[in-house]
Amino acid sequence: MANLDPIFGIHADAMNVQRRRMEVLSANIANADTPGFQARDVDFAAALSSAAKGATSGTTAGAAMRTLSTDPRHIPLTLNNIGGLNDGSQLAYRMASQPSVDGNTVDVQVEQAKFADAALHYQASLQFADGRIRGLMTAITGQ
Amino acid sequence: MSSFKIFDIAGSALSAQSLRLNTVASNLANADAISGTADGAYKARLPMFKAAMEAGGNGTPGVQVLGVVESQAPADKRYEPGHPLADADGYVFAPNVNVVEEMVNMISASRSYQSSVEVMNTAKELASRTLSLGR
Repeated sequence: MANLDPIFGIHADAMNVQRRRMEVLSANIANADTPGFQARDVDFAAALSSAAKGATSGTTAGAAMRTLSTDPRHIPLTLNNIGGLNDGSQLAYRMASQPSVDGNTVDVQVEQAKFADAALHYQASLQFADGRIRGLMTAITGQ
Repeated sequence: MSSFKIFDIAGSALSAQSLRLNTVASNLANADAISGTADGAYKARLPMFKAAMEAGGNGTPGVQVLGVVESQAPADKRYEPGHPLADADGYVFAPNVNVVEEMVNMISASRSYQSSVEVMNTAKELASRTLSLGR
């Protein structure tokens, strides 16, 4: 898949992170009745930045996010220096709005809302990737 | 392909919640089973849940049922001298099942089951859309 990464741009990484996020949220929903379970979530910004960093350090993948520099003094624009994305721990614990006696910090409504959000973002990235493929197909077939 | 982890996680929740529903059914069915001795009375069954790391791995645990334990609450002692099972003092022993508690457990289990089914449906739909990418 590595050689397709420049075509899909950031969406390949974004889909991976959203998929991971849906896993974590589904674990929260699954453990809604488990005593002592602490709800967790993915820090999307940190996860995406480390995913993109992993891609750029390896091959030329992730080049779609790189800017053209015509002078050696230009500062390359990477995901790490846009808006001060910090690379910390990707899985963080959620602060419980209504702590319960058994130590469980899952709020099912919150988790369901976040899950819907992650699913929608995944779908959005999917749509972009699909559009990219359609564009390429148009270019290939010339119709 | 690791996108099927969601199915492992949600599946473990489904089996755990259906076991919880089973214990509720068992408790409700035996709620009126009178016994002549305190030890002979039916004791409410309670499932014990634990987060199981092996289902998802990498910080996304599923649910594991550690086992089904019996409630340690004392049996309900009732004075019914006319009852055929009454002991020498005229007492019979009813199970320590709290019917209201069991109904609440049933609603909670069925809601949690529904949530996990929804999660599975969403994951299935996204996976099938990803598979048909570019068609």
